[in-house]
Amino acid sequence: MGMEGIGARVTRKEDKRFITGRGRYTDDMTVPGMAHAGFVRSPHAHAKIKNIDIKAAAAKPGVIKILTGAELAADGIGNLICGWMIHSKDGSPMNMGAYPALAQEVVRHVGQPVAVVVAETAAQARDAADAVALDWEELPAVTDAVKAMESGAPQLHPEAKNNLIYDWEIGESDAADSAIAGAAHVTKLDITNNRLIPNAIEPRAALGVYDPAEEHYTLWTTSQNPHVARLVMSAFYNVAPEHKLRVIAPDVGGGFGSKIYIYPEEIVCLWASKRSGVPVKWVADRSESFMSDAHGRDHVTHAELAFDADNKMVALKVDTIANFGAYMSLFSSCVPTYLYATLLSGQYVIPAIHCNVRAVYTNTVPVDAYRGAGRPEATYVLERLVETAARELGVSPAELRRKNFITEFPYQTPVIMNYDAGGYEASLDAAMKAADYEGFAARRADAEKRGKRRGIGMSCYIEACGIAPSQAVGSLGAGVGLWESAEVRVNPVGTIEVLTGSHSHGQSHETTFAQLVSDRLGIPVDNVSIVHGDTDKVQFGMGTYGSRSGAVGMSAIAKALDKVETKVRTIAAHLLEASEADVEIADGEVRIAGTDKKLGWHEVCLAAYTAHNLPADLEPGLKEGAFYDPTNFTFPAGCYICEVEIDPDTGKTEIVQFVAADDFGRLINPMVVEGQVHGGVAQGVGQALFEGCVYDPENGQLISATYNDYSMPRAGDLPSFDVSTTETLCPGNPLGMKGCGEAGAIGSPPAVINAITDALGNNDLTMPATPQKVWQLAQGAAG
Amino acid sequence: MYETTYHRPGSVAEAASLFSSTGDAAYFSGGHTLLPTMKARLAAPANLIDLRNIPDLKGIQASGDSVTIGAATTHAEVAASNDVAGAIAPLAALAGSIGDPAVRHVGTMGGSVANNDPAADYPAAVLALAGTVHTNKREIAADDYFTGLFSTALEEGEIVTKVAFKVPETSGYAKFRNPASRYPMAGVFVAKHKDGSVRVAVTGAGNDGVFRWNAAEEALSGNFSADALKGLSVDASGIMSDIHGSAPYRAHLVGVMAGRAVANLGTLTMD
Amino acid sequence: MANVTITVNGKSESREVEDRTLLVHFLRDHLGLTGTHVGCDTSQCGACVVHMDGIAVKSCTVLAAAADGAEVVTIEGLADGDELHPMQAAFREHHGLQCGFCTPGMIMTAVDMVQRHGGNLDEKTVRHELEGNYCRCTGYHNIVKAILDASGKMGGVQQAAE
Repeated sequence: MGMEGIGARVTRKEDKRFITGRGRYTDDMTVPGMAHAGFVRSPHAHAKIKNIDIKAAAAKPGVIKILTGAELAADGIGNLICGWMIHSKDGSPMNMGAYPALAQEVVRHVGQPVAVVVAETAAQARDAADAVALDWEELPAVTDAVKAMESGAPQLHPEAKNNLIYDWEIGESDAADSAIAGAAHVTKLDITNNRLIPNAIEPRAALGVYDPAEEHYTLWTTSQNPHVARLVMSAFYNVAPEHKLRVIAPDVGGGFGSKIYIYPEEIVCLWASKRSGVPVKWVADRSESFMSDAHGRDHVTHAELAFDADNKMVALKVDTIANFGAYMSLFSSCVPTYLYATLLSGQYVIPAIHCNVRAVYTNTVPVDAYRGAGRPEATYVLERLVETAARELGVSPAELRRKNFITEFPYQTPVIMNYDAGGYEASLDAAMKAADYEGFAARRADAEKRGKRRGIGMSCYIEACGIAPSQAVGSLGAGVGLWESAEVRVNPVGTIEVLTGSHSHGQSHETTFAQLVSDRLGIPVDNVSIVHGDTDKVQFGMGTYGSRSGAVGMSAIAKALDKVETKVRTIAAHLLEASEADVEIADGEVRIAGTDKKLGWHEVCLAAYTAHNLPADLEPGLKEGAFYDPTNFTFPAGCYICEVEIDPDTGKTEIVQFVAADDFGRLINPMVVEGQVHGGVAQGVGQALFEGCVYDPENGQLISATYNDYSMPRAGDLPSFDVSTTETLCPGNPLGMKGCGEAGAIGSPPAVINAITDALGNNDLTMPATPQKVWQLAQGAAG
Repeated sequence: MYETTYHRPGSVAEAASLFSSTGDAAYFSGGHTLLPTMKARLAAPANLIDLRNIPDLKGIQASGDSVTIGAATTHAEVAASNDVAGAIAPLAALAGSIGDPAVRHVGTMGGSVANNDPAADYPAAVLALAGTVHTNKREIAADDYFTGLFSTALEEGEIVTKVAFKVPETSGYAKFRNPASRYPMAGVFVAKHKDGSVRVAVTGAGNDGVFRWNAAEEALSGNFSADALKGLSVDASGIMSDIHGSAPYRAHLVGVMAGRAVANLGTLTMD
Repeated sequence: MANVTITVNGKSESREVEDRTLLVHFLRDHLGLTGTHVGCDTSQCGACVVHMDGIAVKSCTVLAAAADGAEVVTIEGLADGDELHPMQAAFREHHGLQCGFCTPGMIMTAVDMVQRHGGNLDEKTVRHELEGNYCRCTGYHNIVKAILDASGKMGGVQQAAE
């Protein structure tokens, strides 16, 4: 069964339903008597609600119920939480303002839900929501995090003076300062990491069903982690007790982080179902997604990287201001701290590192983890600095990196992380070879003849996946453990169901997880079903984000498989009168080594269930579960090289070549891994060239509020990618895997911007590098 | 969108009669401008009058001097028309560059011309090709037809039935597209007519919608080559400014696109 | 209210619907054909593409009433029984989908593309033709590969049928 095991390019088991239109997404669910929710949203960035008049709306056709924040509070529905406590450097806990699911008294961003209408049809719900009359007192708004900290800025929450949520630091400030003071060269950059809107193509949706007879709730939702949703909604929001709440995340159309969080709309649909006596469904339209899905990134940073006379890095000092939006989203607090500053050492030996992060409220949509989450921001800071330093020092960007690479493992950075394994030169060499780095000068000369500016840029990234172990993240403030669970149910006929707490919303788990089982037991992947996304089926799980499903989720399956194999050995040894140590499981058979004694896999499974002839004291059945808690993060790394051609007359940038050389450890399915890199790179290129969330700084209106104004990469904007891998195995998990879901989005933005600034000979460029910005720089360079 | 009442008249007369009898009404054919606006709840006509199935509004006729396109002809039909391509190749290419394939299958020339979106492609062709807009009441010369942002000489209830484009001696269209919407940020249609006159029409950039760039016309009248446009720039004071491009940038693009249109006659140049 | 009759995947379907009902909601909500998706409200994402009278349209921007009398094919009607359409097979073979949400619209767009261009597709043309379809998962790389592969195979199928 090597054809379907680890390392095989198995086509996906889940594909048939998607390519024939039989996928089942939340919006595809209907239940008898189902009604629809329409949300009344704030048109203002900051305002007091003086009055809500629902009379006209209530009289509209089809309206069943209208609920506001007052009813929500009266029913004791809890405020939204932030699940990771960060302490400021003075020891004080983060300053968190109240975040109700429906606004009470004050709204703080455009699009914040204020009330909900339940009506017979979705159109009627929207009609009536439009008819809810609101009387506002507008307040001044601030959308820029730096301005929000200034004196006299509008204040969002009484808990957060000057809108400051926390002022946090990591590393040794004095050590970094003195190293910089004594350095031979210091490269300084002011860096903006642009705010992004995730834009999974499936808009968020929820269907809440309350059964009054059983006092039981069911929620279908577009979630990356249904168990976490259930836990949070029962433990903190008082929507329903955990044993009376079933959360189902069926097929989910992309997440990229934005579907980790438990949003107001999901809470409201469940609560409104009980209040209105009918099942309540809500599906965001894209305009609602733009103004209610958690946004990503949005950092302003000053950074300095110091070198000695031998061009060795001696210190890195980083000061970052992170825009959190109007409320603290579920995992917002950990993103610019433990997912960001801990990665600032990159692939390099940097003896002293210090990073200060201030998190700030503004009148914008809450910001949280988006593909890469903190790591793209860290990589962008460091890789822009390194490339800039190479230019300033007049040395090759590749050689400057090579000179400073970490080459011995494990390596303890000054910012918590302990890298377990890596081979950074191998990725660099592979990428340079694939990109024909040596041939660039000739290609540039050719482009110049055609009136184009050609540039090449590099980025050597590192990331940390599978956030772990639970004890460690707990000590850093996490409100949850970050293990994963799995259960392997072997049926009497030998087919298998694997129940996993990971959730697949594009990651191909139904195939890759089955490949693991096939590899271990020698049965076809078609005989293995992966069950996920339903809290009634899977006992508990932490979900999918942070590229954790392979390294953590599959490790849990591997651990459960260990237990299954042990029991199979016991049974087979008993039946075949041999020693357990001699039992081999392979090719769909259970054999005794060195003999011709064997049983079919299915025969042993059946024996476990008939229980006619089992060893004494052995329980019948064949089902094992495991909880796997990693011992460390995993550390995927790689080198990306981007080559661009710029039309100086229009400022249009064309990506003429993109090379990715990654080290993800062991690959389960290279086809799937390549797909993950392609998608990640596309999102990273999107951040670098196209995507930028724009607010009107005067009134806080979201300007980039539709696809007419928020630009995402289309097929014609991208080249085919050159993707390859090198391999150092991760010693921290049984499979040697590192994770591949976010690398593309982490490594690519600096490669693109380094290429453009190389082409233009001007480093003064912010993302997204729109044609206008590039044209302006090209003009300057020409003049 | 809000509820509305759909009407499907079989003739132009029936459509006009429905418009006047129903009161609050809007015409549409492809609906690719109106329906998204209604979905955003920014428009809510009580009655929708569908012109797509009126036979008189369909079809393409080409003669040596003109190409006439029925208002309900789709962009895809214009793009695929050998008659259009043979007479005015950049016009066919322009139609083939609007939106995306599915949009071109439904969106119509008449809808684009009647709506006069400042970022639409067709108005540039109508103006540069000295078009005549035929309605159910009269004929309107292009120079009199476009009157401002989303604004035309059409009277309440008047229906565009067809547009006649003058076949030029030569012409070209170049556009730079908005990275998000893919509408032109600067689209320039240049035509040298058989009487020697030159018309340069600019879409996507003007504060008041499509306009003729007189200075470029004069320069090209003397010397019909891209060189003649060098150093010429459109006055940025009338040029649109938004998050995608400032007025000076768009004004610059107008110059670049005009040059590319002249340098690549007989075709569409698109970035 | 409008009485609408549309032949969907070869079967005549009549429903009384609000005049404002979009074709995509007619398919999804009234016929239960949920393979056609809605990903935006500005006619740009392409998740809703179906074939109407033989050509690709965005069913989120067509009124059901305006489609009265039309023949519509959705992703559910593309395969011939258990035999996948070559485009569907190519998307699976080349990993042209991840989350699957944009996939029905992508495949319907791709089939229309090949029908118009025959086997004369190259990478640049395919990428340009996908102007109206967003995918957030695949970076388009494998979608383009799948379409190019299927275009060759569909060309063969068409020739064989003639």
